[in-house]
Amino acid sequence: MNLMEGTDVWTLAVIIGLAGVTVLTRSLFFFSSEEWSLPDWAQRGLQYAPIAAMAAVVLPEVLMQQGQFLHTWMDARWMGAAVGAAVYFWRRDVLLTIVAGMLAYLPLHLVMGW
Amino acid sequence: MFFKAENYRHPAFMEAVRDLAPQVPGVAAWGLMTGVAMVNSGLSVFEAIAMTLFVYAGSSQLAALPLIVAGAPAWVILATGFCVNLRFMVFSLHLRKYLMHLPRLERMLLGYLTADMSYAMFTRRFENPSDDPSDQRAQAASLAGNTFLVWTSWIVASLLGIFLANIIPTSWGLGFAGTLCLVGILCSLASTRMRIFAAGVAAATAIAAYHLPLKLNIVLAIGVAVILSMSLERFGKTRKGQAA
Repeated sequence: MNLMEGTDVWTLAVIIGLAGVTVLTRSLFFFSSEEWSLPDWAQRGLQYAPIAAMAAVVLPEVLMQQGQFLHTWMDARWMGAAVGAAVYFWRRDVLLTIVAGMLAYLPLHLVMGW
Repeated sequence: MFFKAENYRHPAFMEAVRDLAPQVPGVAAWGLMTGVAMVNSGLSVFEAIAMTLFVYAGSSQLAALPLIVAGAPAWVILATGFCVNLRFMVFSLHLRKYLMHLPRLERMLLGYLTADMSYAMFTRRFENPSDDPSDQRAQAASLAGNTFLVWTSWIVASLLGIFLANIIPTSWGLGFAGTLCLVGILCSLASTRMRIFAAGVAAATAIAAYHLPLKLNIVLAIGVAVILSMSLERFGKTRKGQAA
């Protein structure tokens, strides 16, 4: 296996940028030694950003096919995701979510071809 | 840090390792699938290894993959990663008081290593920061032990996933496990009715605006969801104020 095969500079630069984003978001408030805190409105707004970002990334992946909203219910992705979500709310365990979602998705995808 | 003797020799270090041990299978499975998903999405092995070692943020890695593959502009990918990571800013604000006694580089490194699992477990173990120097040392040692175990489990599992990905055909659709990880995190964030509202608004906006260029639908969806949620929250408060 050639480790470098298919590696391009743009992708590596984006990866380094994403590492910078991790440092920025996880360590930002550890940098300054001053006493200070966020304004209230920013703090309130911040609590909605993570779930909004997650939903905006995941749900189009699950509910759309080739840029179109699903026009058939026979799609393995939304079914797998729905089973995964149901199991999450039942057991509160991300591992079980993945296992159950894959157990629902794989037969539909591999056997039924959905 | 975990390589400092004053941390790994402290009893709080091993106590944290024992506390976190039951979470290892979950972290490892997620890391493994992230490794597989990175290679299956089309990253080269070298790129996937670099991403594992440096980015160390599963949700932003998985969110970035479809954008990288689609050739979205770098700023859109970084902005998406930033938004997905915004919760970490809240964590670092919260943990500031616990770690401010450490030198800057050391507290920034500990902050960099503190992802969701570590944050949740650490703040559960220590509900309040302390002014007492020996308590502060114990807390730092505990977070060092905690992040050491989570980091090791994640990195080893991800690297394993990267190398296994080459013997697992993409047509099996195992990359869907990455989407399911995000579904799990999405569900775990849906802790209040307002947040579920925010998720609904964001999803509807992202789907409706799917054909915007540069994957701008994601940034737009986050903006619309945050503004609508804040407005609804304020409206609810005003209504309650009038009723009282």
